[in-house]
Amino acid sequence: MENINLEGTPKTPAVSFNANEGRLELKGRSIPENSVEFYKPINQWIEEYGKSPKEVTIFDVKLEYFNTSSSKCILDVFKLLEGINGNGTEVKVNWYFEEDDEDMEEAGEDYQAIIPLPFKMIEVEEI
Amino acid sequence: MPLKNIYELYKTMERENTMLSFKGVVTPDLLSSVLQIMESKLGALEKSLRTRKKVYNVLVECLQNLYHHNEDTNTNKDQDLDSLFSKSALLMIAKQDDYYEVKTGNYIDRDKAKSLEQKIIEINKLNKEELREMYKSVLNHGQLSNKGTAGLGLIDIARKSGNKLEYAFLPIDDKFSFFCLNVKIN
Repeated sequence: MENINLEGTPKTPAVSFNANEGRLELKGRSIPENSVEFYKPINQWIEEYGKSPKEVTIFDVKLEYFNTSSSKCILDVFKLLEGINGNGTEVKVNWYFEEDDEDMEEAGEDYQAIIPLPFKMIEVEEI
Repeated sequence: MPLKNIYELYKTMERENTMLSFKGVVTPDLLSSVLQIMESKLGALEKSLRTRKKVYNVLVECLQNLYHHNEDTNTNKDQDLDSLFSKSALLMIAKQDDYYEVKTGNYIDRDKAKSLEQKIIEINKLNKEELREMYKSVLNHGQLSNKGTAGLGLIDIARKSGNKLEYAFLPIDDKFSFFCLNVKIN
């Protein structure tokens, strides 16, 4: 299947989804007025990927900001990935946040509390 | 307007430490411009990354609330004066000694004002942890509207600001109230 490679914009994150490597990344900011349109192809890609996923899938979330419209779409992404986890395949989430950015750290913990996937919280100097 | 009022306006904005103010219809382009200007101003002015991000986040949600509110008024097709006037909003961002303020003002249908006020009263009752629980619950169980709104905006604003939401609904006529919101961010 085709990979997704989207450049980031002032309102949407860079997206790099690689099916062969089982490596998915969102990076930058996600603050579109209506995030549904932006996340639709991402969700479709994951559904397709879920039909024959790699043994290990790693999802790197490196977001500086996201708005509440995106927060729901990001939850849906996690829910789709949760569906792939198990039965011999594994999905791991790396949640990046910048030093001192308590809000983004909490946001990661909030998802972790809702979604039964292994989360690793990673503090970095700059995203 | 007498010309000297321009100076009065200037002095008021100076006294209030206004960083940016806008009155008009909030469009996606306007939103992008305001965010870009504020990001560079905050970058120059505010050393704490955490505060910078909080102010930016609150601003995003406030602007998007104003924008989506416009969409609501767009749906009734009558282009009478009432509906044009009801689309216009006010946004002001100010920096005080130890906090930032994001102020918004917009017309709102009187019936909608009631449910909005109820929501704010509920939010203002909650402490930090309770707000977090409410956010998680709405995030997990709520549905996105077709405008892409999640019902999380005000909860998120209250969470990020760390202060109670200051608000007022001013009665205008039998159709509209004017909704004033002041968010303080430490």
